[in-house]
Amino acid sequence: MTVATNQTILVVGGGISGMTAALEAAETGKHVVLVEKNPYLGGRTAQLYRYFPKMCHPTCGLEINLRRLKANPRIQVLTMAEVTGISGTKGDYTVNLKTNPRFVNENCTACGECAKAVTGEVDDAFNYNLGKIKVAYLPHAMAYPQRYVLDPAILGTPDADKAKAACKYNAIDLEQKEETVSLKAGAIVWATGWQPYDAEKLTPYRYGEFPNVITNVEFERLADPHGPTGGKILRPSDGKEAKNIAFIQCAGSRDENHLRHCSRFCCMGSLKQTHYVQEAYGDEGKSTIYYIDIRAIDRFEDFYAKVKANPNVSFVKSKVARISEDKDGNPVCWGVNTEGYVRYSNPHDLVVLAVGMQPSVKGVDIPAEVMADSSGFIMADPANAGIFGAGCATNALDVNRAVQSATAAALRAIQVVNKVARAEA
Amino acid sequence: MSDMNQQMTARYKNNFLKEIEEQAEMGDWVKMCMQCGVCSGSCPTNFHGGWDHPPQELFMMIRAGKRDEVLSSNSMWQCVSCYNCYVRCPRKVPITHVMHGLAEYAYRLGRAPKMQPTLHLSQTFWNNATKYGRVNEVKLTQSLYFKDGIGSGIKKALEMQSMALGLVKAKRLNPMEAIGGGHKCKDLKGIHAMLAKARELEAKRKGRQPA
Repeated sequence: MTVATNQTILVVGGGISGMTAALEAAETGKHVVLVEKNPYLGGRTAQLYRYFPKMCHPTCGLEINLRRLKANPRIQVLTMAEVTGISGTKGDYTVNLKTNPRFVNENCTACGECAKAVTGEVDDAFNYNLGKIKVAYLPHAMAYPQRYVLDPAILGTPDADKAKAACKYNAIDLEQKEETVSLKAGAIVWATGWQPYDAEKLTPYRYGEFPNVITNVEFERLADPHGPTGGKILRPSDGKEAKNIAFIQCAGSRDENHLRHCSRFCCMGSLKQTHYVQEAYGDEGKSTIYYIDIRAIDRFEDFYAKVKANPNVSFVKSKVARISEDKDGNPVCWGVNTEGYVRYSNPHDLVVLAVGMQPSVKGVDIPAEVMADSSGFIMADPANAGIFGAGCATNALDVNRAVQSATAAALRAIQVVNKVARAEA
Repeated sequence: MSDMNQQMTARYKNNFLKEIEEQAEMGDWVKMCMQCGVCSGSCPTNFHGGWDHPPQELFMMIRAGKRDEVLSSNSMWQCVSCYNCYVRCPRKVPITHVMHGLAEYAYRLGRAPKMQPTLHLSQTFWNNATKYGRVNEVKLTQSLYFKDGIGSGIKKALEMQSMALGLVKAKRLNPMEAIGGGHKCKDLKGIHAMLAKARELEAKRKGRQPA
């Protein structure tokens, strides 16, 4: 049972921004409800292999936040839940939530017997559908809550009974249904994050048609030891080691036909990913970055300079115009190099499209007081009541800046509930 | 024509970008180019026809003030108007139209290459259409066939004979046009008056003598 009052801060989205906003608010003594659509917290940050610029693992940063979260009784986490509507005003919102069934209750110890028992498989969303996962699964190794999930596809199959029989703790509950809940909240932090831009819309790059053209988020999963290839950089078509990799910048970003804005993180993302190639294959691993201009802002310039000094990484100042495929299944990049205006057609083992950030604020009834810019990001609005954007729902940001943005949103939300508290005292 | 060239050189001195913005159709888009190169890479000609400069280089040359090199470039005359570049340009620059605008401006200044086929076709088509108020297809075809002399003209006409007869049969081509018959425009004087007025307005807008 979720207890919430009009002094509660509701945080929508449990990625790095939502977790940060929830923790910052709760650690000042506020009551927080954190709503997450997925069965686990961490969002897209959990799906990264490493962070730039320090090249450390996101599991580390997430682990710190999860410890803070577990230690804090003032945060209630609702996973597999979505906001379906908001009504009311600042200091007095009513929020409608829909929770999807996990079919696994709190008894789960994550022993994994149910997954061993079942045979059915579904697409592995955590790995951007690059592989398959059992119908009874733990979303990823670090998942919080550390509880298994049954995919709805299991219902009515023999796997359902097998999973139930395999569970020693009576944790499988096939009777769970979708539920709707209504909550009170004084302030709302909207931290629904981002989606990678749909690469199939970039028709000259033939994503979805050529198996060896993938996106930057998929490449993160390929490099991750917990990913579908166990951390080996193998290309999808034939499982060959991909040693000659092209990175295409501004795939969708800075384009009036796609995303108008610069997504900011993709230059650094690709520079970081050249490290993965170098690490995996040493001097045999070659990376080529096709770019319009590298936007490694402020202190990231050093990182850029280091990558540039690596003889295994080359830079071509040109946005690739189209990709074709040669008889060996190698994607071939076509274009004209702006430095010298030389025409090129370069075959690579694998092409990684550095797709941009699209705000995922669509499909939800956010009240009209929330303003959005021409790209759909939530804008800071001085006349706004008690709903604040945080992280990538407000702008294209890297993890570091998303955390800053979330802290700012938490501060604003705290001020709203403080006013409510004073009025009621 | 070279008068106009001198006049424009004097007026814009060292600001060729401004000259293009004000004098060439769609020239005000040149500053929007961000040099990504998608236009050049998307060009179906692959520059096999011997392009002097791909579009993005031409745009950069305009901004760098390379007046002579730009106006005497053959690139804008090689454009096949497929519109690939325009459709794909991330800044929505109407590159095809800019290329046409540059070609037209170079022509006005007397800087167009001599006997350039694109120029010849455009000129012939324009003269034909404005003279009769609508295109006289027989005369247009004749002047294109006989462009390189009588011998090659007769050869081309014989090659295309069966298509021409087919077009006549399908009532797509009227042979009477050869002797001033066929399709006519209702108010030829009116059309000429409109064209004169349009020329006058354009000259006024661009601050130059009517052509």
